[in-house]
Amino acid sequence: MLLSFDPELYGIIGLSLKVTLTALFFAALTGIPLGVVLALKPFPGRSILMNIVNSLMSVPPVVVGLVVYILLSNQTGLVGDHRLLFTPTAMIIAQFLLALPLMMGLTSTAILSVDKLVKLTAKSLGATPFQVALKVVSEARFGLYSAMIVVFGRLLSEVGAVMMVGGNIRYMTRVMTTAIALQKGMGEFQTALALGMILLLMAFLINGILEMLRNYGRVS
Amino acid sequence: MDILKIENLTKVYNGKTVLDIPILNIESGKITAIIGPSGAGKSTLLSIINGIEKPDTGSIFFENQEFSKIKSFSPAVIRRMALVFQKPVMFNASVYNNIAYGLKVRKVDNALIGQKLTDAASFLGLSDLLDQKAITLSGGEACRVSVARAMVIRPDLLLMDEPTANLDPANVAIIEDMIKKASQIYQTTVVVVTHNMFQAKRLADNIVFMLNGQVISEGCASDIFENPLDQRTQAFTTGNMIY
Repeated sequence: MLLSFDPELYGIIGLSLKVTLTALFFAALTGIPLGVVLALKPFPGRSILMNIVNSLMSVPPVVVGLVVYILLSNQTGLVGDHRLLFTPTAMIIAQFLLALPLMMGLTSTAILSVDKLVKLTAKSLGATPFQVALKVVSEARFGLYSAMIVVFGRLLSEVGAVMMVGGNIRYMTRVMTTAIALQKGMGEFQTALALGMILLLMAFLINGILEMLRNYGRVS
Repeated sequence: MDILKIENLTKVYNGKTVLDIPILNIESGKITAIIGPSGAGKSTLLSIINGIEKPDTGSIFFENQEFSKIKSFSPAVIRRMALVFQKPVMFNASVYNNIAYGLKVRKVDNALIGQKLTDAASFLGLSDLLDQKAITLSGGEACRVSVARAMVIRPDLLLMDEPTANLDPANVAIIEDMIKKASQIYQTTVVVVTHNMFQAKRLADNIVFMLNGQVISEGCASDIFENPLDQRTQAFTTGNMIY
């Protein structure tokens, strides 16, 4: 299937990667600092916030899709005027909202698993609070790579939310998972399975790259 | 002259008073050993001096700067101290980057870092290990790295919590030499917590004996070891204290 060089198939693969990696990028950009603050900075209501984040980690994607759909809808949405519904941007927004609590929660866990003495040692050697936080993040880097791998996997395999806000429109918002769902609906099980294998291959390649980065950090 | 003055210091954990020190002064440029049995409050005292923990009442004066429950030491004062923990934790980086950490956070020039680091590493027998991952070091090597990491900053006040606990005699000798060097050459004030009476005798100019969070005796090492006025101090220094 891959060797047929079908432009539609490559378009779907490209869009899948674009949506997933963009959402992952923005989730990491915001979720990692927020997760670090959540783990390191005591503030009133922190345990409640941590509970909320942990609960949102298991929120069903269709619920997120529904919320984003309502927000972006022309009739009911707060930002309906921007005509974002059924565009890749809407899919990225939905995936970002799905990934954010996951990234925050996994980052907090990675930071909290760093030996408490790392923080105290850095502080006792004259590091400022910001430098202490950087050192703790640096010590938690392998946990953060793992968080990226987990979130990437969740986003790449996600179907409910992107179907709801993207609409699975051919040449526009069709991604691997929605294409598989469509082929199955049409009774094209062979094509659906082949697309599933390609999706697995994509996950294998990207995870391989992230794993290499993680191992490089370990030995360097 | 005293570098540290401690006044009416108390610390309470879970309703139990773990520190109660009406007055204690630490002499500048000298090595002071804090001795006493486990649970005497020695490590808690070091953590409070370093600003890691806050006292419940009372104050510590580092020269004229006050540290109390409501007042913190300024960052400049904090950077004049370093604390070596009993359990050395290595950053997941090379030995070089571990030792250089305190200098890097102070934005010291790289060339100067290299120069300072070479001296400390050579004295502590770490020159061949600089490129090695610190987390792969043996216990003795990690201990020497943690001492080098603090010494390389050239702090005015070096706090050490059992720096040679569980080390073999060769490593103990290296670290003790480094402590003496810091005191004699750089006039660093050293406060070292130790269970080891022989080490206290070898190193210390002054001794503070603590028991149940209180300072029982303090004075110059020869007085405390040779003519202790307090019976409990005598029992502890002669190894006859049952606790």
